[in-house]
Amino acid sequence: MGRRRAWLVIAAPAVVLFLAFWLLPMAKLAGIGAATPQGMDASAYWLVVTQPRYWQSLINTVALSLGATLATLVIALPVSRFLARHPDFPGRRVLMSLLLFPLAFPGVVVGFLVILATGRQGVLNTLSKALSGDPMVLAYGMAGLFIGYLYFLLPRTIGVLMTAVEGIDKHWLEAAQTLGASPWRRFVDIELPALTGALTAAGAMCFATAMGAFGTVFTLGTRIDVLPITIYDEFTNYANLPVAAALSVVLGLATWAVLYVANSLAARTARGN
Amino acid sequence: MTHPLTIRLDNCAKTWPDGTRALAPLNLSIDAGETLALLGPSGCGKTTLLRMICGLESADEGGRIRFGDDDVTQVAPEARGVGVVFQGYALFPNMNVAGNVGYGLKIRGVDAASRRRRVAEMLELVELGALAERRIDQLSGGQRQRVALARAIAIEPRVLLLDEPLTALDARLRQQLRVDLAKLLKTLGITCVIVTHDQEEAMMLGDRVAVMSAGRLEQLGAPETLYRDPASPFVADFLGTLCRLEGGEVATRHGVAALTFRPHEVELAPPGRGLPARVQARFFLGSHIRFELTLADGQRFTALAAPDAIWQPGDTVSALIEQARVA
Amino acid sequence: MRHSRFDTRLGLTATLAVAALLIGPVLLSVTAGVTRNYFVGLSSGLTLDWIVQVWDLYADTIWRSYGVALATLAITTIIGVPAAWVLTLFPGRLSRLLEELLTLPVAVPGLATALALIVSWGSVGWLRSSVAFIVIGHVLFTLPFMVRAVRAGMQGADLVVLDEAAATLGASRRRRFFDIIVPAARSGIVTGALTVVTLSIGEFNLTWLLHTPLTKTLPVGLADSYASMRLEVASAYTLVFLLMLLPLMVGLQWIAARSTRHGGLGLGAST
Repeated sequence: MGRRRAWLVIAAPAVVLFLAFWLLPMAKLAGIGAATPQGMDASAYWLVVTQPRYWQSLINTVALSLGATLATLVIALPVSRFLARHPDFPGRRVLMSLLLFPLAFPGVVVGFLVILATGRQGVLNTLSKALSGDPMVLAYGMAGLFIGYLYFLLPRTIGVLMTAVEGIDKHWLEAAQTLGASPWRRFVDIELPALTGALTAAGAMCFATAMGAFGTVFTLGTRIDVLPITIYDEFTNYANLPVAAALSVVLGLATWAVLYVANSLAARTARGN
Repeated sequence: MTHPLTIRLDNCAKTWPDGTRALAPLNLSIDAGETLALLGPSGCGKTTLLRMICGLESADEGGRIRFGDDDVTQVAPEARGVGVVFQGYALFPNMNVAGNVGYGLKIRGVDAASRRRRVAEMLELVELGALAERRIDQLSGGQRQRVALARAIAIEPRVLLLDEPLTALDARLRQQLRVDLAKLLKTLGITCVIVTHDQEEAMMLGDRVAVMSAGRLEQLGAPETLYRDPASPFVADFLGTLCRLEGGEVATRHGVAALTFRPHEVELAPPGRGLPARVQARFFLGSHIRFELTLADGQRFTALAAPDAIWQPGDTVSALIEQARVA
Repeated sequence: MRHSRFDTRLGLTATLAVAALLIGPVLLSVTAGVTRNYFVGLSSGLTLDWIVQVWDLYADTIWRSYGVALATLAITTIIGVPAAWVLTLFPGRLSRLLEELLTLPVAVPGLATALALIVSWGSVGWLRSSVAFIVIGHVLFTLPFMVRAVRAGMQGADLVVLDEAAATLGASRRRRFFDIIVPAARSGIVTGALTVVTLSIGEFNLTWLLHTPLTKTLPVGLADSYASMRLEVASAYTLVFLLMLLPLMVGLQWIAARSTRHGGLGLGAST
């Protein structure tokens, strides 16, 4: 063991980099959040939780992220089950590649793709005008952002859930079947409990990703009132560093906590099995 | 228990989508209340046959499966009323012991009170009464096996199907559970099919044994019949060791071209009376001693002798082959 | 096992719908990038003019992005591979804590990380105005992906035992690291490298706050073109970006398909 310990030194650069460029700067940011912004009489943290325009923005962000997370899980589950259970489906490799390619798209690009699909010059608008005569433009508001979130969350979730579905012992399902369980009962009684851990972990990842998403909303339009935009506005337009710092810290803590709790839960379920 | 039923398979074959034949067309009739053991090496089609009976695989066009007078060929597994013990048991990890055993009853809409009573009864039957609230991962291998069995019989199945029910257990436990299982099957009096690759298990549990190889039924009969009167060298060899000696000395002494016999059918004696042989190796196994021997022309065979046999490697002996059979 | 028909139909429908949602807009973008006038439609004819225009306007951002990605790759490899080896050697609680810490810059929104960097290091003039500032951000964001990929490769190869065997044969620590550990973790390193480059080329959230007018990267340029250029130019620029990503993603999927672990790729661009 003593001989092994000599290896520790080679991890030093990573640790130093992390301390110097992340942990200490973060601590400093958290400190700035405790300062009192100009013309105010309380620390930025206090303002952030008491002033409606900040917590309204927080509620918007949480509601949108929660909605996008649930929608993603509901859509991704049948897709993952289908792909995992049909390994011989013709064209599966190509389909998988297409579904996973958007993993590499940054939020700005996702935002642009949403504009192309549902913006003023988008196909949705064109189709709607042709069919009903009424224009249909979703891109520049909450609806567009919701679609954008689905766009980048779906590929992330499908991969995780597929692995989980493949991990279900098919004998469990067959045993339930011989005991008389219908497909629906097998899904509810056997499959869903077996997928709980993966669904929790994937859900947390979706939620945290959506909460911090900036690029997508930046492209769609800075009028949408979500937390990352609020932070950006406070920092660049109002030069209100304390509030930007306080909001960043709150947002960072929230996303990290969700991920941490969900991953612990998922790990516990995995051990329980 | 409900009245036991016969199982009849007519012209049942199985071809996989890629065209490989898992099972050649097969006719099989299992009597009411009988336990039939399907015995064969892995890949012989025995598990496929079992899965066809419970409906998890469908037979090729033209095959028919009947439980009593009831044609179940098109009936889905969930409606067939079969009790299945899966290899590895497939116990549901998200339910405790009672939850597993009572699951089939819950599906059938049995009310909670009757369900509890029935579960307790089943657990009593497999001697697990105290473990109803245990989680599955807190059970030993032997306990899991019995929970799987209780789960399968709790629904009062029309037939009971067991896929390698004891393979996952260690040797000593397997011996004991084999005896327990044989007793339980007699008590239940249910028609039962049990898949195994272990000949001793098949012979102990099966009223009749069906030996399978490469998707075919090689022979079907009572264990004794199969052992004493094997229809093919494959069956003979699969049910215990079979030795074969031919030509030369064998022809002169026994007047046949070749001899086939089992190791315990050989008696070793001082030189002079039987086939002259040389002891190559001696293994003391407690209840008996196993000798590896060669004839003068190099042919090898095995003999089992009482634990007081005195022969040592290098000795010359004579082998008296008792129930000498013509090959 | 037979699947219920409802399951199969629902699964197929959902899969095709999701594929359409994900791929449809990409096809629109590609089309718009090579159409003479997207507003008129394909009937206006196809052209490469927009791509040429993108090259004239934004070539510097493309080269800069490649430069940043390569510098990020070099640093994450040099510090990430040894860190992964230490984490593999010491699988205890402290290691888990360290890995958890290193993953924080991914778990916490990029905006927060960028602000923290600016308030702490933004006053260092030469750093603030140089590309190095962006590289630091990218290293923080991509290092966990490198470490995770390399660790996965090391665990598969049962490297701790190999290292001990080499030590009994008299190899020094340095030799063992380069002769045994690095080669055995090769496929993990390649996976990690492709992931790092892919993520760095597409990183926007950090970069947007860290860049200066003289250090624009490709995604910054993209955001600029989305806001101020006509749709065809923005699309053409996006098309160039997608073409840059394509070989990286094909490589990642190729490696993932060859290894026994499957399912998702371990990457997610900054959103």
